[in-house]
Amino acid sequence: MAAGRSLWVFGPWPGAGLGRVVRTLLLLLWLASRGRALYFHIGETEKKCFIEEIPDETMVIGNYRTQLYDKQREEYQPATPGLGMFVEVKDPEDKVILARQYGSEGRFTFTSHTPGEHQICLHSNSTKFSLFAGGMLRVHLDIQVGEHANDYAEIAAKDKLSELQLRVRQLVEQVEQIQKEQNYQRWREERFRQTSESTNQRVLWWSILQTLILVAIGVWQMRHLKSFFEAKKLV
Amino acid sequence: MPRLGSAQRWAVAAGRWGCRLLALLLLLVPAPGGASEITFELPDNAKQCFYEDITQGTKCTLEFQVITGGHYDVDCRLEDPDGNVLYKEMKKQYDSFTFTASKNGTYKFCFSNEFSTFTHKTVYFDFQVGEDPPLFPSENRVSALTQMESACVSIHEALKSVIDYQTHFRLREAQGRSRAEDLNTRVAYWSVGEALILLVVSIGQVFLLKSFFSDKRTTTTRVGS
Repeated sequence: MAAGRSLWVFGPWPGAGLGRVVRTLLLLLWLASRGRALYFHIGETEKKCFIEEIPDETMVIGNYRTQLYDKQREEYQPATPGLGMFVEVKDPEDKVILARQYGSEGRFTFTSHTPGEHQICLHSNSTKFSLFAGGMLRVHLDIQVGEHANDYAEIAAKDKLSELQLRVRQLVEQVEQIQKEQNYQRWREERFRQTSESTNQRVLWWSILQTLILVAIGVWQMRHLKSFFEAKKLV
Repeated sequence: MPRLGSAQRWAVAAGRWGCRLLALLLLLVPAPGGASEITFELPDNAKQCFYEDITQGTKCTLEFQVITGGHYDVDCRLEDPDGNVLYKEMKKQYDSFTFTASKNGTYKFCFSNEFSTFTHKTVYFDFQVGEDPPLFPSENRVSALTQMESACVSIHEALKSVIDYQTHFRLREAQGRSRAEDLNTRVAYWSVGEALILLVVSIGQVFLLKSFFSDKRTTTTRVGS
């Protein structure tokens, strides 16, 4: 029976043991692909800000996932439920449009109403120093803007679209995004032109003013000194 | 071969076929990829690192550009899981680097502004890993695409490159606008500053000159005698 049991562990036919290894590898691959996002480290009181320059009426979706360094196991483990991230989003006029606290894993969404640079800031809400123990928090972040934020599987299910219809819908969304961006580009170019023209005007007026000041100062200097020397009877 | 019970045999066979089917499916589905496009602020004397887990054989592209700040340059460094430096450039304004991952693991890239003392920079980067995820789940990808569908796919690729060019244009315009606004404020401060300096210097000159010819001179000659 012992022999039978040992054979069962390795598999009663050739290649079965390999099958188990392959299965584990595939599982690992799947697990690795699940968490596919860029990550970075953030300190306890550190605030990390990201900028998104977007046209108006554009949706932005951000997904994040945090991990805390476990010193005993010497690896990163998913953070304790008490640890959350505070997400703050400011519009181009520095007005706060989203300020909310999320858990250790969260998803935030906002739609821009004015075109321009929106600032997304993240910082952890931990108050206990011992929680970090001098380590860093690992944050996986993924920000999708505009057309990339659309969930096509959901759209296909909701509107009952066929494959071709879904592809065409994606193209339509992309073209709309290009159009919005071009509009925004026109608005920005106008601002840029205004700034350049203001600089031009300032330089022009400054040159004229400077010449006038120089001439006036020169005249005043000569007159003042002439009257001074005449009073001193040197001239 | 030792004899197994029927239930055990069934479980073992199901396991074997399930494993093969899983392997087949995963082979058909391309490795999930994607792009991360992030614009972040890099304070002076700071270094910011980003990490990503990449599987072997994936083609990746890292592209970065400095948008605002100082001389619009930054140091960039890309390392593979063993710490070998794949890409290292100092004080670059814009660059693009493509590589194929030679091993599995965590790749790290860092942007450094440590050479700058007081300007902080805004850096944009686009890290593309593999191909974009497909629109449909794996089942539909096995069959061939119709003409309409392949036309849609090629339009999609063309539009992606249009959006890419638009992004580059937007970044260049942001950089130009940042320089123009810098220039504008500098001209304003300089004009006011120079006017004040002119006035102070010319009035000071006159009074200094007057002081040379004033009656206090008689006290200084006494020192010599």
